Amino acid sequence: MSKDLKLEEPLGKVIVVTSGKGGVGKTTTSAAVGAELARRGHKTVVIDFDVGLRNLDMIMGCERRVVFDFINVIQGDAKLKQALIRDRRLETLSVLPTSQTRDKDALTKDGVQKVLEELRQEFDYIICDSPAGIERGAQMAMHFADEAIVVTNPEVSSVRDSDRVLGLLNSITDRAGKAGAEPVKAHVLITRHDKSRISNGEMMKVEDVLEVLAEPLLGIIPESKAVLRASNLGVPVVLDDPSAAATAYEDAVGRLIGEQIEMRIAADRRPGLLQRLFGRAV
Amino acid sequence: MFGFSLRPRKASASTAKERLQILLAHERSGSGGARPDCLPQLQREILEVIRRHMQIGDEAIDIRMERGDELSSLEINIEFPGKLGMN
Ligand SMILES: Nc1ncnc2c1ncn2[C@@H]1O[C@H](COP(=O)(O)OP(=O)(O)OP(=O)(O)O)[C@@H](O)[C@H]1O
Ligand SMILES: [Mg+2]
Repeated sequence: MSKDLKLEEPLGKVIVVTSGKGGVGKTTTSAAVGAELARRGHKTVVIDFDVGLRNLDMIMGCERRVVFDFINVIQGDAKLKQALIRDRRLETLSVLPTSQTRDKDALTKDGVQKVLEELRQEFDYIICDSPAGIERGAQMAMHFADEAIVVTNPEVSSVRDSDRVLGLLNSITDRAGKAGAEPVKAHVLITRHDKSRISNGEMMKVEDVLEVLAEPLLGIIPESKAVLRASNLGVPVVLDDPSAAATAYEDAVGRLIGEQIEMRIAADRRPGLLQRLFGRAV
Repeated sequence: MFGFSLRPRKASASTAKERLQILLAHERSGSGGARPDCLPQLQREILEVIRRHMQIGDEAIDIRMERGDELSSLEINIEFPGKLGMN
């Protein structure tokens, strides 16, 4: 849709993908959401805020093409356009990788703000892949966000950390500090949802997670082998063969941009032979 | 890119291994002298040399890299105004 409207101003919306707890699926989500937005024709950039533990480039499959990074741009060693890596599959998708050798102190609030302002002039969506934790790196990733995707696994420590993060979004961000500004719009995304472990009581139910967090649900991403496969290949899961996780991310992105899509919990089916031979049938 | 779907699905872990081996070999050795951190300096030096001969701005240089298994490539594009601004 927005492809036909390219003469319009870019939307310039900054969305942080955050969680508190580590390893819950932030980077997987950033790659999938970014790729799905781009596939729909929105100009999208995904930024790696996990300074020192660069991973997004591997998940997006552009690790061999990193020249300059986010920190080089902040420190004035490279221009933003030199550090952006254009995806080879989708021309609407770019990645801004982070540094492997510096640490989180290299992220300054002014530097981050300048880079985001420049990106807002050119992109519809700016997806910020936050590091784990609630320290400096995570705070920088969320500071200038308009919206937040809070990634939560259905288990106690993850839900508890998500609650902490929701608190920070409402207190320490730029929007929280500005009188009259709308607060950061938060969405809960439940990932690694495992039906069997929920039905036998090992994992929390979706309703219970939402009751505790009291924020709207963006989607439910099932535990899926397709995620590991996609990360092995360096392909965002929505651009790989069809899978339950891909469908769930597609639905979540639809909701993110305001479509009404009924909540469903997809499960992996083994694809038929034809589907396997010819890839994505859509 | 669609080539992957013709391979048996098990192949993804070996693809992961190949990708890691290439990346880590480059990271460990800084092979070809092209450690990520030397690139800003390389860029400054290239600009300096070119400026001895023509006038170009800071934004005129674009460096692209592709790290490979046996061969890597560094692509350097310099843009300058239509007429060569020779010093
Ligand atoms: N829906 C899923 N099904 C199966 N595995 C998943 C799913 N989502 C994520 N994973 C796996 O969980 C691990 C962590 O995922 P990911 O790197 O996206 O998390 P993260 O929150 O970014 O981690 P970190 O806090 O270290 O940055 C990876 O091995 C990934 O493949
Ligand atoms: Mg991550």
